[in-house]
Amino acid sequence: MTNIISRGFRGRRQSPEEARRLPPGQYLTERFPVLSAGPTPHTPLTAWDFSVVAPNGRSKQWNWQEFQTLPRETITTDIHCVTRWSKFDTVWEGVSLDTLLAGFVEDGQFIMAFCDGGYTTNLPIADVIGGKTWIADTYDGQPLEAEHGGPARLLVPHLYFWKSAKWVRGLRLLTRDEPGFWENYGYHMYGDPWREQRYQGD
Amino acid sequence: MAGTALPGRLKWWSGDVTQIVRETPTASSLILNVPGWLGHRAGQHVDVRLTAEDGYQAVRSYSIASAPADEQLMLTIERLDDGEVSPYLVDDVRPGDPLEFLGPIGGYFVWEEEMGGPLLLIAGGSGVVPLRAMARQRALTGSDVPTRFLYSARTADALIYRSELNALAASDTHFQLVYTLTRSQPPGWTGYARRVDADMLREVAWSPEDNPAIYLCGPTPFVEAVSEQLVALGHNPTRIRIERFGPTGV
Ligand SMILES: Cc1cc2nc3c(=O)[nH]c(=O)nc-3n(C[C@H](O)[C@H](O)[C@H](O)COP(=O)(O)OP(=O)(O)OC[C@H]3O[C@@H](n4cnc5c(N)ncnc54)[C@H](O)[C@@H]3O)c2cc1C
Repeated sequence: MTNIISRGFRGRRQSPEEARRLPPGQYLTERFPVLSAGPTPHTPLTAWDFSVVAPNGRSKQWNWQEFQTLPRETITTDIHCVTRWSKFDTVWEGVSLDTLLAGFVEDGQFIMAFCDGGYTTNLPIADVIGGKTWIADTYDGQPLEAEHGGPARLLVPHLYFWKSAKWVRGLRLLTRDEPGFWENYGYHMYGDPWREQRYQGD
Repeated sequence: MAGTALPGRLKWWSGDVTQIVRETPTASSLILNVPGWLGHRAGQHVDVRLTAEDGYQAVRSYSIASAPADEQLMLTIERLDDGEVSPYLVDDVRPGDPLEFLGPIGGYFVWEEEMGGPLLLIAGGSGVVPLRAMARQRALTGSDVPTRFLYSARTADALIYRSELNALAASDTHFQLVYTLTRSQPPGWTGYARRVDADMLREVAWSPEDNPAIYLCGPTPFVEAVSEQLVALGHNPTRIRIERFGPTGV
């Protein structure tokens, strides 16, 4: 459809460098995007654990202390929320999913991340291994705030940020793709911001 | 819960602004005539796209203020002075102008009578917009779901849809309307005069045993604070549906 010009609208332009870093339909914010459907859960660290579960039921689990002993990485990355906010150069620390999924990657083609509060989201295995995704527990050098997904959230910077599930508690391996929470409500199964895959059918 | 996307309905639409209603000193409603519009569910939003002469575009989300049972689509926009899109929509759009938008979007923050009652609607500022659609839909479809509507704004001037909501409350004993004004109150004000807190919610928010369906909408700090209090009071987190309008701090 050809665009209708909005009479007299000028808008706020980004610099060419910013524009290059912004996926289509996104705009830059200094603030922090928040998208969640329900109240923020507060899981005490003593009650927190993280699981990886294969389709045959085989599983592995870390409590908070054990999780803290895993190799950690610092990640500086741009993030893109489907509500059209993008934020540049966010700094996180976390454990790579390569570490957490070691010994499990042959058990499925997809994962379903599950979270406190009942939230879920689906991802292809190929997207989460290879140094591209993390379970992050600090943001900007501080423990991750509950509002932003603490104690720990998934960090999948190359997809829209709803895939970076907050309050994550584990990963279930799947042999077939299944929709998670927002995917069930009409959001895209994959969610690539550079192809503007916001909603079903995009 | 069933998948609730409406395939084929979510697309770019164009509608002409037929009427503009100044709701408050800083908020306006745009009433749109959208040929072929296939309807929406109360609580859904659209993504409005503005295009400059040179092709530059800016897109923002706006809740649908009208009820599904209304004839015309309505959006209500609060102006943020340093904003890119909202000042244009509030101050520059004229009747007859076309507006492009994607929608209807969202399947979780929606109300339908089958959600069960009682119903609790809690709005902060412009967060009243999708809740107005729910309250209107409830009234237009003759639903008698017992409803309480708590609306927090800074001043009386800032209350959007005030006379309409008052009329709804006056004509329906199952619809209770409660205001709180957090910054200043006019002489003779009988509503609350503070931020929403646990005591207020204890008085207004039904009892957790009633298992109300709760819809909460407004700026992120507002909905964070209110939802924490609702959960602390014993309300079931899975019955609390939240729409966050803005960002949090830096
Ligand atoms: C699902 C959804 C539904 C929405 N429905 C409505 C609606 O019905 N009516 C309505 O008026 N708005 C609504 N909003 C907010 C709207 O999308 C825009 O964020 C808002 O109009 C500001 O856009 P802007 O371009 O004017 O400001 P921007 O240029 O985006 O921002 C300007 C400044 O204001 C800050 N800011 C942005 N949004 C807010 C906010 N909501 N509160 C406080 N500060 C903010 C920014 O951080 C920035 O500093 C909704 C948002 C969402 C996600």
